[in-house]
Amino acid sequence: KSTRKIDEDFFEELEDILIQADVGMNTSIELVDKIRTAVKKQKINDPAEVTDLIKEAIREILDTEEVPLNIADEKPTVILVVGVNGAGKTTSIAKLANRFKKQDKRVILAAGDTFRAAAIDQLQIWADRVGVELVKHQEGADPGAVVFDAISAAKARKADILIIDTAGRLQNKANLMKEISKVRKVIEKEIPAAPHEVLLVLDATTGQNAISQAKIFKEATGVSGIILTKLDGTAKGGIVIAVARELSIPVKMVGIGEGIEDLREFSPSVFAQAIFES
Amino acid sequence: MAFEGLSDRLQEVFKKLRGKGKISEEDVKLAMREVRLALLEADVNYKVTKSFVAAVSERAVGQEVLQSVTPGQQVVKIVYDEMTQLMGGSETKLTMSSKPPTVFMTVGLQGAGKTTTAAKLSRNLLKQGRRPLLVAADVYRPAAIKQLQVLGEQVGVPVFSMGQSNPVDIARASLEYARSNNRDIVIIDTAGRLHVNEELMAELLQIQKTVNPHETLLVVDAMTGQDAVNVAEAFNDQLSITGVILTKLDGDTRGGAALSVKAVTGCPIKLVGMGEKMDALETFYPERMASRILGM
Ligand SMILES: Nc1nc2c(ncn2[C@@H]2O[C@H](COP(=O)(O)OP(=O)(O)OP(=O)(O)O)[C@@H](O)[C@H]2O)c(=O)[nH]1
Ligand SMILES: Nc1nc2c(ncn2[C@@H]2O[C@H](COP(=O)(O)OP(=O)(O)OP(=O)(O)O)[C@@H](O)[C@H]2O)c(=O)[nH]1
Ligand SMILES: [K+]
Ligand SMILES: [Mg+2]
Ligand SMILES: [Mg+2]
Repeated sequence: KSTRKIDEDFFEELEDILIQADVGMNTSIELVDKIRTAVKKQKINDPAEVTDLIKEAIREILDTEEVPLNIADEKPTVILVVGVNGAGKTTSIAKLANRFKKQDKRVILAAGDTFRAAAIDQLQIWADRVGVELVKHQEGADPGAVVFDAISAAKARKADILIIDTAGRLQNKANLMKEISKVRKVIEKEIPAAPHEVLLVLDATTGQNAISQAKIFKEATGVSGIILTKLDGTAKGGIVIAVARELSIPVKMVGIGEGIEDLREFSPSVFAQAIFES
Repeated sequence: MAFEGLSDRLQEVFKKLRGKGKISEEDVKLAMREVRLALLEADVNYKVTKSFVAAVSERAVGQEVLQSVTPGQQVVKIVYDEMTQLMGGSETKLTMSSKPPTVFMTVGLQGAGKTTTAAKLSRNLLKQGRRPLLVAADVYRPAAIKQLQVLGEQVGVPVFSMGQSNPVDIARASLEYARSNNRDIVIIDTAGRLHVNEELMAELLQIQKTVNPHETLLVVDAMTGQDAVNVAEAFNDQLSITGVILTKLDGDTRGGAALSVKAVTGCPIKLVGMGEKMDALETFYPERMASRILGM
């Protein structure tokens, strides 16, 4: 048992740890306040116990009953992947495709990023590596048209899963957000129950801007879950706590590397634990 | 617009201060508490925030400030000075060698914007009458070479590539190519990597030793949170970077990384990326940025 006293310095240190993990001011202060009250009430004097309490509080915010990924009863399940530039969308799609392929599912990918240089080539290489089909048009083509074709192909070939890549875009670009809303509408029109998942890819190194990303992408596309990438670095990705608290968007998967296998289901307890490890 | 959120919060704080004829030490203390919160909410590193607030406080509670006729104004001026210093004082140019080719390399985390920035930079240099060469030294990311080739074509700059060869060999060969083809600036695009990946960091060091670059430019995503300083520190420790390029400043980030990286590396932010298009790379002006943040 530690001899460390639980005083204001101790709580301040806890707050610093949370802030350093990008949990954000409001959420950090709220979490620490909650723990401070609990400590007083339960007369806790073991620092380890306090840390456990705060981890528990984090888990509570992040825990959702939902299944990791929503799979439709009727084929195909359509997954739309969105996010800001460079977050890891295309790579995460390759990892997801690989995961479904291993479950003996028939997967089709759609090259909906027709804007970025060599984005289609990048996805084609991944599709070949995983061994799944890719529906693509030329660079500069209308993403809505690509998606339309991909849905037709998925239906015709009785694919289980269709995963749609989209161009990276910053959420404050109104015209680009309108474009992605339109992509969603194309999907809805072809399959009324779709998309079954809209996954926002968030880079774990992102700071407070992630809240604005989640908010605006949710408004434009109806985000249903988050893939938190690049957790293999030193960033903790604490901003997803604030995102879960403020916007109720669950984290579904995490990216832990550049390889095809580096995708895991999200575990709130592993995540909460990691915040307090250096 | 980037910095907007921070700007709003700080201006709120200073409006209160400016409104007062006389201010006390207590007023300054309260204001600084608000400044601290605003900076942390804007992703400024928590250690940088601490020392920034300490520096401003120390100067602000001096007699000449508190007893001046416009004390609120004076405090804002101090914040402006300190913030400008924090971001490097004034703008810095890229180092050009008197003996061509000048060599630059871009380094940084995955997805930060290295490849795009390398191409933009080559375009700007071409416009200035230089003869740049882009070098495809990312042999890991799928279609990284193709990406650079497409961008090179767009901006009219040749791209040197050797397929998936060893990046150190590619870098070495690119210099020979530049010399025999009269290219006076070589920009090497390296693969994204984590600062904690020893093997890949060693590879970068090897490239650096081989080509002896005039600029080793760390490319940092402006949306980065608290980790920005860990990354910048690690790259700087291992590679002695010479400058930082901040990308995606066309977003609505509060831009804390901009306020933190100079402080921890001592390296100035030289350029900023303001969009995906090839003409969206600009010089970074710390004074202008500070004025914008403080609404001056
Ligand atoms: N270390 C690490 N790198 C990752 C991870 N996920 C993706 N990356 C890398 O991040 C970089 C960007 O990934 P992309 O998949 O191209 O990102 P994107 O969101 O599709 O990018 P744009 O289409 O340009 O917006 C690549 O170098 C990937 O290898 C991860 O979980 N960990
Ligand atoms: N909006 C905006 N997007 C940018 C900017 N700079 C780069 N991007 C985008 O960010 C994404 C990643 O850029 P890349 O140049 O591929 O990044 P990288 O660092 O080379 O990535 P890796 O090689 O995978 O590590 C792309 O979608 C770019 O178009 C910028 O200043 N503003
Ligand atoms: K990024
Ligand atoms: Mg992509
Ligand atoms: Mg690159």
